[in-house]
Amino acid sequence: MLLLAIDTSAIASAALVRLPPGSTAGLVERSFATQDTRSHAEVLAPGVASLFPDAPTSGPDLDAIVVGVGPGPFTGLRSGIAMARTLSFAWNVPLHGMCSLDALAWEVRTGASAPASDFLVATDARRREVYWARYDADGRQVEGPAVGPAVDLPALPAYGRGAGLYAEVLAANGCTVDPEFAAAQPAAASLGLAAASLLAAGGHLLDSSPLYLRESDAKVPGPRKRAS
Amino acid sequence: MSATNAAVASVQDAAGAMGPLILGIESSCDETGVGIVRGTTLLTNTVSSSMNEHVRFGGVIPEIASRAHLDAIVPALTAALTEAGVSLQDIDAIAVTSGPGLAGALMVGVSAAKALAVATGKPLYAINHLVAHVGVALLDETISARLRSDQGSAESSLGRTERLGALLVSGGHTEVLRVRDIAADVELLGATIDDAAGEAFDKVARLLGLGYPGGPAIDRLAAEGNRTAIKFPRGLTAAKYMGTAEEPGPHRYDFSFSGLKTAVARCVEGYEARGEEPPVADIAAGFQEAVLDVITAKAVLACREQGLDTLLLGGGVAANSRLRQLLTDRTSAAGIRLLVPRTSLCTDNGAMVAALGAQLVMRGVAPSPLAFAPDSSLPVSTISV
Repeated sequence: MLLLAIDTSAIASAALVRLPPGSTAGLVERSFATQDTRSHAEVLAPGVASLFPDAPTSGPDLDAIVVGVGPGPFTGLRSGIAMARTLSFAWNVPLHGMCSLDALAWEVRTGASAPASDFLVATDARRREVYWARYDADGRQVEGPAVGPAVDLPALPAYGRGAGLYAEVLAANGCTVDPEFAAAQPAAASLGLAAASLLAAGGHLLDSSPLYLRESDAKVPGPRKRAS
Repeated sequence: MSATNAAVASVQDAAGAMGPLILGIESSCDETGVGIVRGTTLLTNTVSSSMNEHVRFGGVIPEIASRAHLDAIVPALTAALTEAGVSLQDIDAIAVTSGPGLAGALMVGVSAAKALAVATGKPLYAINHLVAHVGVALLDETISARLRSDQGSAESSLGRTERLGALLVSGGHTEVLRVRDIAADVELLGATIDDAAGEAFDKVARLLGLGYPGGPAIDRLAAEGNRTAIKFPRGLTAAKYMGTAEEPGPHRYDFSFSGLKTAVARCVEGYEARGEEPPVADIAAGFQEAVLDVITAKAVLACREQGLDTLLLGGGVAANSRLRQLLTDRTSAAGIRLLVPRTSLCTDNGAMVAALGAQLVMRGVAPSPLAFAPDSSLPVSTISV
């Protein structure tokens, strides 16, 4: 099974992940990722194109596309989902969504110092808040995703750039922040691997609806002030 | 020959006498548009609007519009291809609005267009929304036929034979342009320095309790009012802004509507302070006249002074009945030919993007790099990126 994974919930990234027949673990065949979080509309398309050295004019040999559906800053998040939805349409390939925080949780759980009990993944939600979710030791999301100030997070080991940004607040509240993951962002390669192992285990992915978690800031205007 | 040039050349060949088959995507404001044209022939113009979601706010909320674009774009693509009876593989090139417009809204259409380019390997054209409002005139059969008979050619273009000006009036734009060549040379002569005309209509409509969108509501109510009963200020018409034809002032062809909007608010408050019911029909008529008087007078002035013999009207406010009447009267008095595409082509749509894309392809203009960035304030002189 060959998956194209795309995530733009923080950085812009894309990856081709192959799940060999009978295997439970995927392999990253090619991947692309940026560092910065504000150029998705420019860099994503060339990045996706670079995964396919032969221009895939009649549709590549893909089994599915999986897109990170956030949570993440809205405009960047949408550029990845719009890309994924349109590729799925143009190539006639099934499309799935996956919580972007699951990509980081997968890295934590398969890393050298995987936690033995529940842990948190947090990313930068701007406005002095984090997007976060709680996972059990098997990597299942058990709470969230949610958005809020870091001070509201439960006292658990915390991973990801959102944890790194608010390390002091979190430490004061009893969270431990792993310095190795203090700058980590969700990336398509990990998202694709997480999706591949979930599919191999017979699990189900989400649809591609974005997890905005916040409404637009617009307020319905009140009545006009009357001259007295 | 580079791969890109080869691709363009093959597009021009494939197009043949029928013209290239172009798919255009528009998402600069609250309309998700996908249009398909062959040369100057309109095949389909699918528009999905999020207008109803903005009504309670009295104006377009960019985040709400962007969310709606994301959900509308693939259904619009599907509908357009079905309606035109063509497949994605048949398309010769993809065109997309890359600006000006709302940044988050543009991003959705641009990402979708780039995905189509990646998926199909077709050339991609990042197009100026304002120039597309001009180029759309070629899709109007009546206008196209007139241009062809002027030019004595089988394929019409814009600006190369007639001396062409364009007046764009919409919720986001109020501009006067000189179009020397739709595919190569467009110049800004004047523009609003604050609110767009359509935006002023929306704000005043809200002030008068008329609902959203304000343009049609004010147009209807104004027809019942006396447009000379209340005289509202004409923005940027004082001598110090206008100067003379020989020594133009700083804003000779420019517009300003934010002071007018405040004047209407003060007027309404005045009636209320006196305990009187404001005469809303007269206020609507007086306000509309102030906006349209300046717009039409300055557009005609620009045409006369710049030697333009033809004026094209575009943008959503082109649907306003008083604007059409005033502009018809004033252009005809000045001996200027007025061209007004049908209303479905004047409002934001994908067909206008496709129409301009087709002109660029037919003229051998190079496609845009896949890494182009949408630009919310793209200058009108940049026809494609």
